[in-house]
Amino acid sequence: MSELLQQVINGISLGSIYALIAIGYTMVYGVLRFINFAHGDVFMVGAFVGYYATPHIMPLVGGSLILAGPIVLLLAMIVCSILGVTIEKLAYKPLRFRPKLTILITAIGISLFLEFGGQLVFGPDPKSFPTLFLSTTLIDSQNLVLRTTPIVVIGTAIILMLLLRFIVMNTKLGTAMRAVSFNQQAASLMGININTVISFTFVLGSSLAAAGGILYGTLYPSINPLMGIFPGLKAFISAVLGGIGNIPGAALGGLIIGMTETFVTGYLSPTYRDAIAFGILILILLFKPSGILGRHEAEKV
Amino acid sequence: MLHVENLQVKYGAIAALKGISISIERGKIVTLLGTNGAGKTTTLRTISGLVKASGGCVRFEGKDITNHPCHEIVALGIAQSPEGRMIFSNLTVKENLEMGAYLRKDKMEIQKDMDFAFSIFPRLKERLKQPGGTLSGGEQQMLAISRALMTRPRLLMLDEPSLGIAPILVKTIFEKVVEINRELGMTILLVEQNAHLALQIAHFAYVIETGHLAIQGNAADIARNEDVRRAYLGET
Ligand SMILES: Nc1ncnc2c1ncn2[C@@H]1O[C@H](COP(=O)(O)OP(=O)(O)OP(=O)(O)O)[C@@H](O)[C@H]1O
Ligand SMILES: [Mg+2]
Repeated sequence: MSELLQQVINGISLGSIYALIAIGYTMVYGVLRFINFAHGDVFMVGAFVGYYATPHIMPLVGGSLILAGPIVLLLAMIVCSILGVTIEKLAYKPLRFRPKLTILITAIGISLFLEFGGQLVFGPDPKSFPTLFLSTTLIDSQNLVLRTTPIVVIGTAIILMLLLRFIVMNTKLGTAMRAVSFNQQAASLMGININTVISFTFVLGSSLAAAGGILYGTLYPSINPLMGIFPGLKAFISAVLGGIGNIPGAALGGLIIGMTETFVTGYLSPTYRDAIAFGILILILLFKPSGILGRHEAEKV
Repeated sequence: MLHVENLQVKYGAIAALKGISISIERGKIVTLLGTNGAGKTTTLRTISGLVKASGGCVRFEGKDITNHPCHEIVALGIAQSPEGRMIFSNLTVKENLEMGAYLRKDKMEIQKDMDFAFSIFPRLKERLKQPGGTLSGGEQQMLAISRALMTRPRLLMLDEPSLGIAPILVKTIFEKVVEINRELGMTILLVEQNAHLALQIAHFAYVIETGHLAIQGNAADIARNEDVRRAYLGET
């Protein structure tokens, strides 16, 4: 019983990180109709911002983890927002009216650039991620070890997702984002500057990815410049699973993929750890390509 | 107020507008008539900045706005209720209206305009929380017009407000267009297939034919014009 509980806690922790990343994929798809394959690498950069910023922040806050965690988190979110918007402006915007394949290949190019640029700048070998949040053991019995870390991870993810929900559903810019994702021309006719909304989308998506990077580093404290590849792919699969373009769907998809992965690792074999997500992708593409919460999108004229 | 001079638009190799000139005086209702594919929608979309002109110019209140970005043109005071309505199906009726007021900060005035919209289309008020996509065609048309009004334009362009709507409701909508014109003093450019009705409420009319201006004149004169009646009012 308590082993099951252990797995559930681990699954939700991992899943909430996938959810954070998946939301970025789905939001960008919502407004631009393409998969930003560089998104997983923005997540990686987020983790590295945490790695490099922590030694500078710690002395400033007198080593207080209550302060250090949120500050470093915010910093990573800001840096990655800037990175995301820059990528969009430099690489994607000039291609906005080109065939989708062009922009997709560009995204893969950016992804490779960040991965190998990261190896050049950060060095290729793994680094150990600093302790940023309160990390103590609450329960330590034979079958169940409960530490504060998953609570911090899940709690932070929930807070950020609620915040996102508020922004998207209740603010003017968030409503404009939904309007743009439904019909860009109609949105322009309202006086909405599409470029502003697209930049805003990248700010939101990239900052959630950055938070994901920090939380991932907190959960699995070894980071390297290629660490974004698999979580990125799995988050992408989560977004497809939930229904691409649908934000609650991406969150749900992330949780499902995270849980499944944890359970497969725990009860079957760690060998299938990465394969299972792709298996799910194939199944969903075969049986419900629109995803769990996705609606079949009527062909737009 | 609005001067369109020798406007040309190409879709790839196809010339949709081959030099259209239109003038609209402040406070008037002007109608733009023509058969399917004549270029009416293209004209509106080019004025709005959704389609790029390949030649000619558009001037609004003395300012050259040719090929300016759409959102800037809206900010200058031109609104369009587009063909096919383009309601944001995923947004509630209220959010659709709020998007119309996207550029505005004057909360009190926004509420006033919303109340005006409800006064001409009371149905919308009952549907505020409903997703736009679940409205009936007629209700969506009311919403599209109201949403355009919410930008508080000085020039309101309506693209076929009667499309796909029951005849009784069409009459109501036309009455409302007149009301908007009279009460708000708003200048209106009305594109219509229903030439008969459009000519009844308009002051001035242009008839375009495959990208050319065919006829122009006072609405009353055009309504009496034999050729127009035969070609556009379905009379023989
Ligand atoms: N996006 C487009 N791509 C290519 N051709 C187009 C496009 N939009 C319009 N056209 C062509 O331009 C011409 C004018 O079209 P437009 O929509 O302006 O006509 P309209 O007068 O509004 O017709 P209707 O009364 O049927 O709405 C048509 O021949 C149409 O096929
Ligand atoms: Mg048309």
